[in-house]
Amino acid sequence: MSFEINGHSFSQQPQTGQCLRTFLRELGHFGVKKGCDAGDCGACTVLLDGEPVHSCIIPAFRADGHAVTTIEGLASEVGIHPMQQAFLDAQGFQCGFCTSGMIVTCASLNQAQRADLGASLKGNLCRCTGYRTIEDALDGKSNVEDAEPGAAFGRSLPAPAGPQVVTGKARYTFDVAMDGLLHIKMLRSPHPHARIISIDSSAARAMPGVHAVLTHADTPTTLFSTARHEIDAMDPEDTRILDDTVRFIGQKVAAVVADSEAIAEEACRRIDVVYDILPAVFDPAAAVASGAPVIHPDKTPGHRVSNAIRNIVAETHGEFGDVAAALASSAVTYEGTFTTQRVQHGHLETHGGIAWLDAGGILNIRSSTQTPFLTRRALAQLYDLPSDKVRVFCERVGGGFGGKQEMFVEDILALAALKTGRPVKWELTREEQFIATSTRHPMRVTVKAGADKHGKLTALQLDVLSNTGAYGNHAGPVLFHACGESLGVYNCANKKVDAVVAYTNTVPAGAFRGYGLPQTLFAVEAAIDDLAKQLGISPYDFRRHNVIKPGDPMLSPAGTHYDDVTIGSYGLDQCLDLVERAMEIETKHDLDDDWLIGDGIALTMIDTVPPQGHIAEVVIAKRDDGGYDLTVGTAEFGNGTATVHRQIAATTLGCSVEQIHLRQSDTRNGGHDTGAYGSAGTFVAGKATHDAAQKLVAAMQADSNARSATGTSGGTPRSVAFNVQGFRVAVNKGTGAIKVLKSVQAADAGAVANPMQLRGQIEGGVAQSLGATLYEEMVIDDRGRVVNPKFRDYHLPSFADLPRTDVYFADTYDAIGPLGAKSMSESPYNPVAAAMGNALFDATGIRFTQVPFKPDRIFPELQKKFGKA
Amino acid sequence: MDLNTVTSVARPTTREQLPTWSAGDAWLAGGTWLFSEPQTHLTRLIDLTDLKWPALTVTDKELQIAATCTVAQLDALPCPPDWIASPLINQCCRAFLASFKIWKTATVGGNLCMSLPAGPMIALTAALDGVCTIWKADGSVDTIDVVDFVTGDQSNVLMPGDLLRSIAIPLAAFKRRSAFRQISLTPVGRSAALLIGSLDEDGLRLTITASTKRPVRIALPTLPDTDTFEEAILDRVPDNLYHDDVHGKPAWRKQMTLRLAEEIRAELQGFRP
Repeated sequence: MSFEINGHSFSQQPQTGQCLRTFLRELGHFGVKKGCDAGDCGACTVLLDGEPVHSCIIPAFRADGHAVTTIEGLASEVGIHPMQQAFLDAQGFQCGFCTSGMIVTCASLNQAQRADLGASLKGNLCRCTGYRTIEDALDGKSNVEDAEPGAAFGRSLPAPAGPQVVTGKARYTFDVAMDGLLHIKMLRSPHPHARIISIDSSAARAMPGVHAVLTHADTPTTLFSTARHEIDAMDPEDTRILDDTVRFIGQKVAAVVADSEAIAEEACRRIDVVYDILPAVFDPAAAVASGAPVIHPDKTPGHRVSNAIRNIVAETHGEFGDVAAALASSAVTYEGTFTTQRVQHGHLETHGGIAWLDAGGILNIRSSTQTPFLTRRALAQLYDLPSDKVRVFCERVGGGFGGKQEMFVEDILALAALKTGRPVKWELTREEQFIATSTRHPMRVTVKAGADKHGKLTALQLDVLSNTGAYGNHAGPVLFHACGESLGVYNCANKKVDAVVAYTNTVPAGAFRGYGLPQTLFAVEAAIDDLAKQLGISPYDFRRHNVIKPGDPMLSPAGTHYDDVTIGSYGLDQCLDLVERAMEIETKHDLDDDWLIGDGIALTMIDTVPPQGHIAEVVIAKRDDGGYDLTVGTAEFGNGTATVHRQIAATTLGCSVEQIHLRQSDTRNGGHDTGAYGSAGTFVAGKATHDAAQKLVAAMQADSNARSATGTSGGTPRSVAFNVQGFRVAVNKGTGAIKVLKSVQAADAGAVANPMQLRGQIEGGVAQSLGATLYEEMVIDDRGRVVNPKFRDYHLPSFADLPRTDVYFADTYDAIGPLGAKSMSESPYNPVAAAMGNALFDATGIRFTQVPFKPDRIFPELQKKFGKA
Repeated sequence: MDLNTVTSVARPTTREQLPTWSAGDAWLAGGTWLFSEPQTHLTRLIDLTDLKWPALTVTDKELQIAATCTVAQLDALPCPPDWIASPLINQCCRAFLASFKIWKTATVGGNLCMSLPAGPMIALTAALDGVCTIWKADGSVDTIDVVDFVTGDQSNVLMPGDLLRSIAIPLAAFKRRSAFRQISLTPVGRSAALLIGSLDEDGLRLTITASTKRPVRIALPTLPDTDTFEEAILDRVPDNLYHDDVHGKPAWRKQMTLRLAEEIRAELQGFRP
């Protein structure tokens, strides 16, 4: 067989059952990405004789004698392909992991297909953008600006990695070739709860090409949490690298390190594990009831597990004022119970990494992570290594959304490299992402609220039951955050919280954009909406009347109290005004009488930094070419901070962004960075960049020989950011179908560092949240198994599934954030389900209390109220 | 994805060369499903490509669709003007959860053999009175109506080693007035109900797919009124025949089936011959 790829002939032969995608990557075409490996996401799209195909489901041998064109071959000698240029001009990407396949697909579309993008692009998933900028690329729009030296801040400058992203040259985690690379495959538990009696791996070890089989006998017994936080004490010590008890289907049991994935897979099948199956519990309410199977019986408050015998990881209870009395004397009250589902981050680059020991004896780990420094720290502790003997870094990360604020793979990678002395790669499959990484915490939230006849809130009460799954990574902090700003944004004399997070024998939950607030806001904002409706007050005015104003304390009875949050700037009033004005504009439609139309809004406040410290250290050093090296620890995974850091530095130093050379997310560069989570990329790390630049300017003024300066930020004091979302929806009472007629979001992000990117973050947040509001749900059966661990059964929104969102910015300048900027990565997600629920209520008079609002879920109540389909 | 347990590929060029079927074998047509999931039970693929079956053959009586005809080839078939039902082809192609990129590789036969309730080629060929030709493992040839070929969710009449050779569509079926309705939980998602109705002098035929575990064919001698039609559907489709998975709850699928059927009835009534 002979293969022609991008005009070059290759004599290498694929394995018999190999797919074209992995064959192309073996031959160095790393622009061909794996999002799903199942034909669903389109990240691996290539042209076969000029026609786009998903290379992951094409047998490699079928390319014999045909011309293959990958993203790398799309450009000609004269320059990049017009579609690559269009994506660059429109900045039609964020993390960029889908971009190769998206561009190859778009470049192949004919006029008819370009007029029908909903159908044409249903085979290309983008988790970051919400597709607007992709449509802009196809429409030939340019979204980028340039800037004079010193004037970069506030301009829509393009992402520095853009040219690499659109040509497939940007290096993501797995896009490197290494000689002698070994591969890991993991044997996982088929049981939701079992004690491992024995593991016989002799047959696996005897296989040629198997270098190691790692089991719990090979790993330290140290307890830790996969969650990464600046303060380890925020999470329970309940996890072992490999445990002799398994607590969910999919938990790691044994890792095989072998010459190839094929050998490692076969070796996994030859490992004989004897389990003592234990009773399991999947429902959090059942789990906290007395008599339930105990999942972590040996844990104590010393492990930071609140009440192990009742499967309670963490809890918080508090009240100020007297909620019961206030409700009893309120003019109007509302009570409702809301349920949110288990959703997955769906970043297109799966977890994984490559580990090796270098000549200096340093353990290097190239990882798909949001927290290289905290992961380095954890590895050094687990394996008792000096921290300068461990290096963790990432280049470009293909999306994270909180899912990579965890250490899911690096511990195994490190052990495999240490045991074998060889470079080792572990790349999770899409199925493993679903069954064995993390999800959003499903919650059941009961809200009680009251108001007096003038529309003043009298009482707010939350009763929350959160499900953390088998391990408590992020369990407590998510719960406390969920009960924090959701209540703190309202002035109310009587507030009460009872919140509990339970272990169950299911895939663990973890950090996910919004960090608990989307779940509780779904309930709180419904209660606010209902009270306003009962009183005949507009939802805007009711909120204006009751939200905190500058100078007000932001009070919530739950959790630890922090006194470092202040209102560094206040744009909530503007956000409400902006959305109200935008919603006043009527929407034209041609829908018939089966469609009921309604409007709904919801608001959110978010602290601009997570509590208890978030540290960034940044170094700026003069280069000989007149430019500057800017060394930051924070990671770029589509959040756009690589752009913003250069803008902040260039503005402060009075140079162009091209003169700022960014070195990023590598522990080898020194310093410390807590990580790219909690929306901290701009507010914390950007502040350190600003600090370093200011110090260098001052130093150079004092001494013309000054070469460098270090800037720091400790993540305190903190400010607050605001968002208001508005929807106009149409609901078909005969089918349950929902159409979004208008989507508006106003954001108070302080001074806007990069309007184009900020708009992209907001659109992307709304898009991801609409997925969770309308479509997405991980279904777990009565044995604890994830029923739908693939994209064709877990529906990430495609182009056709999302409306365009009109984005507005409040005009504020934050007293704390760098150059007046605030954070804005997570919070656009938060009010979406709540606003949609309120719009549905307005349209139908029915308060739907469970997401997702799928037609088959909402139809029964519509039918009950409006009659026959 | 890589099918790492596969160690050989057979490439027969004639029926005589088809290898003797054994455990671990799989027919490889487009491969779009085969390569989309782990298949650790497989060791050999039998590639049907080199059999070089003509994708589409039109005779004076029927359209023969080779099992290896790709969805894109069928979609591109130029149809004569009197094939008034031919828009169903594109409508059913668009009902695929997968995009046009998959249509280039996925085959009509593969969709039938996959036997998912939502298989749009099942809906199309069943509604057009399609008849399957099966090369039996014992060397004989069998035929069966498409509507009877699929027996349930991911099950059909094929025995190990049987091979779907082709689907024949009588040209008369293309000459009936038809109406198509489909609904999904998402705008361009997997079909939760896909119904096709047709009307001619022999009466009304309704083909229900996607909402039911297997295709259901209802034939009535004349165009019924709303209530009669609904009764006929309720009579023919018991509640336990409605499919239940993440793409739609059975109770909703039932209501959508009744609703879409009535829309089809009303549309065809407007075109009553």
